[in-house]
Amino acid sequence: MHREDFAMLQGSDLVYFDNGATTLKPKCVVSDMMDYYTKHTSNIHRGDYDFAILTNKLYDDTRDVVCKFINCNSSKEVVFTGGATMSINMVVFGYMRNHLKKGDEVLLTKSEHASNVLPWIKLSEEIGIVIKYMDLDSNYTLSVASVLKSISDKTKVISIAHVTNVVGDVRDIEAIGKICKDAGILFNVDGAQSVPHMKVDFIKSNIDFLSFSGHKMGGPTGVGVLVGKEKLLNEMEPLCYGGGMNQSFEGDSSYELKKAPLKFEAGTPPIAEVIGLRRAILYLMDIGMDKIHEHEISLKKYLVKELENIPNIVLYNKDSESGILAFNIEGVFAQDSSVYLNHYNICVRAGNHCAKMLKDYIGIKNTVRVSMYLYNTINDIDRLVEVLKNSQDIFKVVL
Amino acid sequence: MDSHLRREIILDNYQEPVNRGLVDDSSYLKTNTNSESCIDNLDFMMKVVDGKISDIRFDGEACVISTSASSILINSLLGKSVLEAKEILHNYQDMIYEKDYDKSLLGELEVYDEISKQPNRVNCALLPSVAINNMIKELENM
Repeated sequence: MHREDFAMLQGSDLVYFDNGATTLKPKCVVSDMMDYYTKHTSNIHRGDYDFAILTNKLYDDTRDVVCKFINCNSSKEVVFTGGATMSINMVVFGYMRNHLKKGDEVLLTKSEHASNVLPWIKLSEEIGIVIKYMDLDSNYTLSVASVLKSISDKTKVISIAHVTNVVGDVRDIEAIGKICKDAGILFNVDGAQSVPHMKVDFIKSNIDFLSFSGHKMGGPTGVGVLVGKEKLLNEMEPLCYGGGMNQSFEGDSSYELKKAPLKFEAGTPPIAEVIGLRRAILYLMDIGMDKIHEHEISLKKYLVKELENIPNIVLYNKDSESGILAFNIEGVFAQDSSVYLNHYNICVRAGNHCAKMLKDYIGIKNTVRVSMYLYNTINDIDRLVEVLKNSQDIFKVVL
Repeated sequence: MDSHLRREIILDNYQEPVNRGLVDDSSYLKTNTNSESCIDNLDFMMKVVDGKISDIRFDGEACVISTSASSILINSLLGKSVLEAKEILHNYQDMIYEKDYDKSLLGELEVYDEISKQPNRVNCALLPSVAINNMIKELENM
């Protein structure tokens, strides 16, 4: 749906199935960014001329747009970052480093993205927190029962992706959030693969910190969001100091920082990118997140049904309720499969998808990943299926 | 090179590579090569006796280009002196990087003479040569 909104889909037979990596950008996003660069280029804060005031208004309005989009309590809870990775690092090194102590347990899973594992490993090296991995079920998903079983009196944080980027399983964050609330556990959610694709409710799911990236939801690269409860953000330390985030500083080395969210946005922020993100979110809200999610699920069901008819295709996550499908052509290395598909202008991703511990469960390191978005169609899937049906000739094509 | 012949050589070496499988022998030099720009992950081991390469073995997960290049490269280096091997590796890398090279040294390795047309495959083709070079450097630093 809405294919006409995307310049890269015009006059091209492109089948773009690499949306888990990044998404195509609607024309309205590019247009708003172009306007910033051609009509109202200016820095934010303290500009007294008309177009600087416009820039400032758009930048500040983006916080309100995000707030409405993910239903947090106020725009004070919305911090602009460089992306989801940066957001999670800010939580781990700006908040957790000062609030956790040796022996405190943090619960993760082995299907997390590197950005929700490595910061924790680094913090465990620094202060001796203990990382525990909650068990995944036979279809590599995380059940609420597994969460409950993993909690001990030392558990201080549960940090998980809402939707994982290889298996594509949708975790029941509402139930897990309630468990966290009742047990006094901090709930850190990586929303990089969920916020772009489905309705996420910060308050209803009792999330303490939520991270996501702009470029995975039709927005530009270089901007992301950290949503954190206001109290927690005020207790969180900035990782970056400079202009725009201080109230005052004096010759005697005394200084006062601004309140959240501004204390986390030192230096000139990615202004054009924030403006682009604003438009991307408005665009998605206009279509409706439930509609996007339903569209992707129906496409995935169709894709699974079609691929199950091809004997040499191995599927790893056919039941997960998202637009992500990981598979391999039997006996073919994932990268060779993606090079093969590229010959037909079908874009997928091959690899471990930054979830390097998942191999402990599925037994293989690399898969081909199809990840869908609102502009994918049944026709896209038919093209993919047709090419995979003929994959016995793969090396004639690849070599 | 004729494209059918090229494909046949690459596929033969992919489907039945020489010396696939490692041995438990401490007299071998060892290296792992986990390319930064692709997902191939291969282990290599090499034995040098009296300045000559008596064995090279490899194993791991890799694409058709990395696997076949490992096989063909091993075939062309077995029995060569370390000095000769360095010359072959040097010319092989020059070919991949589209520089001037001595064709007479490369034999079947010439199946990759057009790999630079696929930039995402260049590192795959180079991977075994980087691994073997690493082991030669380690040997020279002993």
